[in-house]
Amino acid sequence: MEKMDKPLTKNIRPDRAFATLADYESTGGYQGLRKAVTELQPKEVQQCVKDAGLRGRGGAGFNTGLKWSLVPSDDLSQTRYLIANADEMEPGTFKDRMLLEQDPHQLIEGMIIAAYAIQANVAYIFLRGEYHLAASRLKNALKEAQSKGYLGEHVLDSSFNLEIHLHTSAGRYICGEETALINALEGKRANPRTKPPFAVVSGLWGKPTVVNNVETLCNIPHILQHGVEWYQSLGRGVDKGTKLFGASGRVKHPGLWELPMGTPIREIIEEHAGGMQDGFELRGFLPGGASTDFLLPEHLDVVMDYEAVAKAGSRMGTGAIIVLDDLTCPVQMVLNLEQFFAQESCGWCTPCREGLPWTVTLLQDIIGGHGRIEDLDTLAGLTRMLGPGNTFCALAPGAMEPLQSALKYFREDFERYIVGNNAIMETV
Amino acid sequence: MARIDIDGYSYEVRDGINLLSTCLSLGLNLPYFCWHPALGSAGACRQCAVIQYKDAEDKHGRLVMACMTPVADAMRISIAGEQAQQFRSDNIELLMTNHPHDCPVCEEGGECHLQDMTVMTGHTFRRFRGKKRTHHNQNLGPFINHEMNRCIACYRCLRFYNDYAGGDDLQVFGIHNNVYFGRFEDGALDNEFSGNLVEVCPTGVFTDKTFSAHYARKWDLQTAPSICVHCSLGCNIAPGERYGELRRVINRYNGDVNGYFLCDRGRFGYDFVNSPKRIRIPRINGQTATVETAKNHFHGLLAKAQAVIGIGSPRSSLEANFALRALVGEENFFLGLEDTEQTLLNTISNLMRDGGIHSPSLREVEQADAVLILGEDVTHSAPRLALSLRQAVRNASFDLAQTLHIQPWQDAAVRQLQGQLRSPLFIASICATRLDEVATDIYRGSPEDIARLGFAIAHCLDQAAPEPADISPSEQTLAATIADSLKQAKHPLIASGTSCSSLTVIQAAYNVAKALPSIDTLLTFAVPECNSLGLSIIGGKTLQQAFNKISNGLANSVIILENDLYRRASSQQVDLFLKTAAHLVVIDSLENKTTAQAELLLPAATFAESVGTLVNNEGRAQRYFPVYSATEPICGSWQWLTSVLEYHQWRHHDDLTAACAAAFPDLTAIVQAAPDAAYTFKGGKLPRQPHRYSGRTAIHADIKVSESGQPQDVETPFAFSMEGSIAQVPPAVLPVIWAPGWNSNQAVNKFQEQIGGHLRDGDVGIRLLEASGTLPWFTDMPAAFKPEPGLWRMLSLPHIFGSEELSSQSPSVAERLPAFCVLLNLQDATILGVDTGDLVEICSLARISMLKIPVQVELTLPPGLLVITAGRSEFPQMNTFDPVTLNKVTQEDRL
Repeated sequence: MEKMDKPLTKNIRPDRAFATLADYESTGGYQGLRKAVTELQPKEVQQCVKDAGLRGRGGAGFNTGLKWSLVPSDDLSQTRYLIANADEMEPGTFKDRMLLEQDPHQLIEGMIIAAYAIQANVAYIFLRGEYHLAASRLKNALKEAQSKGYLGEHVLDSSFNLEIHLHTSAGRYICGEETALINALEGKRANPRTKPPFAVVSGLWGKPTVVNNVETLCNIPHILQHGVEWYQSLGRGVDKGTKLFGASGRVKHPGLWELPMGTPIREIIEEHAGGMQDGFELRGFLPGGASTDFLLPEHLDVVMDYEAVAKAGSRMGTGAIIVLDDLTCPVQMVLNLEQFFAQESCGWCTPCREGLPWTVTLLQDIIGGHGRIEDLDTLAGLTRMLGPGNTFCALAPGAMEPLQSALKYFREDFERYIVGNNAIMETV
Repeated sequence: MARIDIDGYSYEVRDGINLLSTCLSLGLNLPYFCWHPALGSAGACRQCAVIQYKDAEDKHGRLVMACMTPVADAMRISIAGEQAQQFRSDNIELLMTNHPHDCPVCEEGGECHLQDMTVMTGHTFRRFRGKKRTHHNQNLGPFINHEMNRCIACYRCLRFYNDYAGGDDLQVFGIHNNVYFGRFEDGALDNEFSGNLVEVCPTGVFTDKTFSAHYARKWDLQTAPSICVHCSLGCNIAPGERYGELRRVINRYNGDVNGYFLCDRGRFGYDFVNSPKRIRIPRINGQTATVETAKNHFHGLLAKAQAVIGIGSPRSSLEANFALRALVGEENFFLGLEDTEQTLLNTISNLMRDGGIHSPSLREVEQADAVLILGEDVTHSAPRLALSLRQAVRNASFDLAQTLHIQPWQDAAVRQLQGQLRSPLFIASICATRLDEVATDIYRGSPEDIARLGFAIAHCLDQAAPEPADISPSEQTLAATIADSLKQAKHPLIASGTSCSSLTVIQAAYNVAKALPSIDTLLTFAVPECNSLGLSIIGGKTLQQAFNKISNGLANSVIILENDLYRRASSQQVDLFLKTAAHLVVIDSLENKTTAQAELLLPAATFAESVGTLVNNEGRAQRYFPVYSATEPICGSWQWLTSVLEYHQWRHHDDLTAACAAAFPDLTAIVQAAPDAAYTFKGGKLPRQPHRYSGRTAIHADIKVSESGQPQDVETPFAFSMEGSIAQVPPAVLPVIWAPGWNSNQAVNKFQEQIGGHLRDGDVGIRLLEASGTLPWFTDMPAAFKPEPGLWRMLSLPHIFGSEELSSQSPSVAERLPAFCVLLNLQDATILGVDTGDLVEICSLARISMLKIPVQVELTLPPGLLVITAGRSEFPQMNTFDPVTLNKVTQEDRL
């Protein structure tokens, strides 16, 4: 019961070596799985995770147990699939990478329990292609788990069978969107699918499919092993459990920490990240990765809970904070982000496909000194045009979040380029 | 039903439909791109945004895409709301950031859905100042132009070409605003339905290359309702003419028959009308003659002839065939079909009349939930039918979608289910067919073996049906599987036809249909030509009997109506026949080996310049009308024939139609196929030319300054004029699909009862043969085919490009002819020591060399069979049941 306040990272070592199966087992690994398959019915596992209040760590924050319970259970002969979404590509986000590289068995155990809960006999890990180290360590860990009887036919001598396949992605941001991920896994173009039907009803190969984020799955062994009450005791605010929070930008110690849900942002930036580097002031920050709205220093006391961050006007997203300092131009920072999103648009729906490149052109014009004051209205119009519900998936609305908040909080920076008084600023 | 509120008005509408389709069915204007009534919803273009309100209290509402929103009772929406209008206009602005605005030089201009929708949204001023992306264009073969810069990425092309039509060589490449729709390299689009891209594409990316060669704007084209003459299905077409030249063919919607789509033969085969081989002037013994001289000669010939026989044609109208029959008398009328084909057609028309099994329209084919194809490669013999069968196999996935609460119009979601579940389709064919990829199980064999399988299936279904002897265990198992599948279906369909030239195949198809318990069993036959069935209903003697009558001296004069006899019988037979006849009159539109021997050759109008009634394979009579006036002295073949009829009681085409209807009980209804010449709308004839038609008075100004009079049309309700109205005429005489604000063919929305349903006032055509009664089991069982060493059975099978006589004369179709070769089984090829590309010599049993031809090894062809393409002039006409021998042609032999 060591390090009970940091279940996800208890095996993470400072030298970045990884936990072998023996290491993993020595800290209680695969106990949660044993409990699940020997003591609990799949429905009970679902209920346990639902009661724990675990919410999806990929950014959307949907209750994980509830998601599992949406898999139709009327026909048990029906094939179902579980997919671990390990296509971590959100700029500024590097949390799953640590879990994948340094404690692969934690994910595998989480997947086996999740697959048991939804009675899937085949599962996939959809891994970002550039995560070479994670790929080789996962491959090795899968072999280890197989040889110890955690995986394969008759998991821990039960009647439950599971095979897990590792798929390394060809590399597209949109593959993080679960239906685009499924299309990519089927060998199709990674375009998102219409919802409904949701993947839990018709997903991979048209069969019920649950897609969970890596970090989400890593929580599950601990919930099973230590129980709902323990898990709920971990949160400091409304939301339960712990979460990996990160900080990048001009802070003294950029990094990643496992902290209770509900930790104030100030604590993450000022204590864990050591505050701003000397000579730099905090101008603002993206609280949860590149596709979240800017918040200002006045929001530092907001706590990292889904609703609290939403109330402040942004999203907790992946919990990866990107810090904007006072010597970096917010317009150029936004351009950098929009170039990424414009590049990664799948090209399916009009507002995203055409609107993001236009956004980039406008920002380039502004920065290049060719901007017009009415361009700011055009940009503001685009943030509404590409807003939620207007596009086919959430990529473009996410891309508009940093832009719309930058226009709100840093309008003078935009205007300064346009009225001709270009301040020379350090580029991002 | 559901009651919904749109902009404050209340409507009663069908539920389960998407909101976009519903709005369009109500006659409301709502712009769209990616949605297509036949392709369902995609949600890609975001153009059909409307405001949806939670309830009457909700004043703000939220934007939803109408195509992705199911209609529900008490729904409140707004099309006109400011927020929605602004969004739709802004969406067009986004689409336009990369569109080249090249309308003045774009062939889509004037019938462009993108233009229509842009105007509809009110978008005019664009704020985009950046550079537009540009693309490389590809050569996609003889049918289709490619201009990718115009693309607005609606994905319709892919959804039609790949998902709907089963193509695989058109893809989307790239991402974000650099998506590219094309082939992986230049080359002809392979799918037989590629031409539909011209209409499916909402802008000018895919345009008709044959039209480009003699382009005119839609508003400068003269049009009239017409029927495709290139196969037996009778797809409705809208040909366009300008300055005496047929410029193009586009689809004319018929909710029962072709719906929104045509095959490439039907769309691009039209150019034979403009061929240099057209017969444009009468000839007497090769010398040109005036109409007067020609008619006098015709009269004189009839007067002095000892006895005259007439040979009809399956590519000529009922009326023309009937006029010939009247001229020569019933006892002297011969159908002009190859004898076996005539037997097959008679059997088919008897089955359709008295067999008691319903002959389905293509719409009904698409509703079949289990299909057996017996001996037919429909993609080549009746192409549009293959497209319908592809839709029929989807029915099981629609059923599954329903249980999963997935809306049937959620296209990608339903197709995702298709991976796991297709309605059963069984194909018994000579060798591989295009539909194999969607088939549940496939059987390959000789025509006899296919028939035997059919009989075995019938016997499995009903023990009273006769059983073929010595059926193999594997065939027995397959027959039982197929029988089981068909038995469970609500609307099982048996599709067969004449391709195998086998009577027993047709009889076996009937036995299966008869043995099926469902009262909604469907039975369809593909027949060779556009009026094969009509000709068979008129009836007449066989070609062999005609040959005999001349050789026996019982007649000495022959009138041949639109028929190249060298396609029907062996050269020796036809040569002898034509030489023996003292006088030969040929009426036809294109030169061929038969017309070359005519004493009197009369220039016939094509379908585009004449009127007539055709009966399609379903038994549906449909009328085609002249699109333009034939250049004198060309006139309809029926006119040449009636002009020499002694008692001249049939002054007009309508008289002839009425007389034909009166003469044959099966044809009584043909007068109802379309309104007669007396029909007027708002007191006038119907204009063939749009109101904006230009240049009529200027075109001949270099020859004559005064305006020449327009030709008069006394035979049909149409005028060669811009004057008059077609606002509410019945579909059978609706010359063009056009509605205010809707200049593209999508205007058909305004003419349908429900989107994608029947045309208002009923779809075109009248069914002649309604199934009644029942016929006894067919009991003649062929023995299994046993190849004999050294001998082969030669089969000529149809190909979409090249087998049909007229379309083969269109230059674009001629470019797509299949390789000149003979298909041979691998085992046979090995025995002969030949491989693909090697030459073989085909000899008769008497060792007479008939043909030297390259081999193509076909793995799916059973041993002992040879396959050549039907209807190609390179192949001699021969009796396909006579065995042949094969020799390898060595290098020395070639020299």
